[in-house]
Amino acid sequence: MAGLVYFSSASGNTARFVAALGLAADRIPIRPDEPMPRPAADHVLICPTYADGMGRGAVPKQVIRYLNDPDRRAGLRGVIGAGNRNFGATFALAARVISEKCHVPVLYRFELAGTETDLARVRSGLAKLMGLECLTP
Amino acid sequence: MRDMVTSVAKAINWNRLEDEKDLEVWNRLTVNFWLPEKVPLSNDVPSWATLRPEERQLTIRVFTGLTLLDTLQNGVGAPAMMPDAITPHEEAVLSNIAFMEAVHARSYSSIFSTLCSTKEVDEAFRWSEENPHLQHKARLVLEEYRADADPMRRKIASVFLESFLFYSGFYLPMYWSSRAKLTNTADLIRLIIRDEAVHGYYIGYKYQRGLEKLDEAKRAALKDFAFSLIFDLYDIEAKYTAELYDGIGLTEDVKAFLHYNANKALQNLGYEALFPPAACEVNPAILAALSPDSENHDFFSGSGSSYVIGKAVATEDEDWDF
Repeated sequence: MAGLVYFSSASGNTARFVAALGLAADRIPIRPDEPMPRPAADHVLICPTYADGMGRGAVPKQVIRYLNDPDRRAGLRGVIGAGNRNFGATFALAARVISEKCHVPVLYRFELAGTETDLARVRSGLAKLMGLECLTP
Repeated sequence: MRDMVTSVAKAINWNRLEDEKDLEVWNRLTVNFWLPEKVPLSNDVPSWATLRPEERQLTIRVFTGLTLLDTLQNGVGAPAMMPDAITPHEEAVLSNIAFMEAVHARSYSSIFSTLCSTKEVDEAFRWSEENPHLQHKARLVLEEYRADADPMRRKIASVFLESFLFYSGFYLPMYWSSRAKLTNTADLIRLIIRDEAVHGYYIGYKYQRGLEKLDEAKRAALKDFAFSLIFDLYDIEAKYTAELYDGIGLTEDVKAFLHYNANKALQNLGYEALFPPAACEVNPAILAALSPDSENHDFFSGSGSSYVIGKAVATEDEDWDF
């Protein structure tokens, strides 16, 4: 069972991060007519940010659709945000918005497709978290 | 869209998209539109007076170097990519990019007219024309912008200009801002940085779409070219950086920032990092100046900062601002 769910647009930065992570993960589809993943248990969401300068539209619509289901939301244990520091105050804003909406912690933030340091931190962080939550990745 | 001249002239229809990224980026760029007149630069006059003469000269020179890159991207780089556009919407986005580069170039002159004497500024513009490193990097990029050059190589050069070459300059206003100096100027520079981030992302995205249509050999050749160009540009940037920043002892600090941004530029093209993490440890004060007010309370870093969970909010479709 997957402990990770992620969204990545056609530019593929988050998808590259998840591929490098090497853990099983379900992708939220880009197109609204494709089926949403059904994580069977507790999971972590990895989500990039698409905010404009005012912070509007930070959370991709497909992620909003995903989270608008009470069952899927119930299993959410935390959110990892992706973005770019060059967007200033709105860096990885989607993670903060989701954290507030869904009452889960921001576990980590990384830029673009992440670095080796980001991968190591997320791997060990997820292992610890999933250990705490009795999850198998 | 090169074929417009020889075949049927077509009007752009934004309700028929071939690539949704075009509209997404168009919307982002137009919402983010700004002009330098909106930034109260004159509030920096007292702060400017606290800089030593050599710090002022450095700042003006750095800004003329940035002006030069914006001038190239406005007049040559973005227009040169327009005939390569795959969709009419891409061409429209590039016209927006070209115009914003003109706004960026213009805004440095607003900083100059607010803070500096005409003599100082004229001296710096002369310096920018005579500085071998600045001229060398401009030449390398312009080489790829030639009309007969390869469209994919043009995108590589363009992403490196947008996502790498600016950063030896952007470092300085972030540094001043971290020391509570020229903070309004830093606000303006952050608007430029935000725009360049979208430009690098978009051109890099189009490059990756272009790669999908090529065979393995051509893809490998382009990747080799990208890494060799970033190497050459880095070499020039290292010399440019030393010449500018040795005097205030910041060269090594700037170089870490260059490594970090070179890796990000490569990521915009879909490539892996060139510089190892140890070479990319950017001064935290510079990172904080880049993204102020983006509170850091993440859990995995274990940096000792507490993590705070926001108040629970019911999740209804209409709650989400999109």
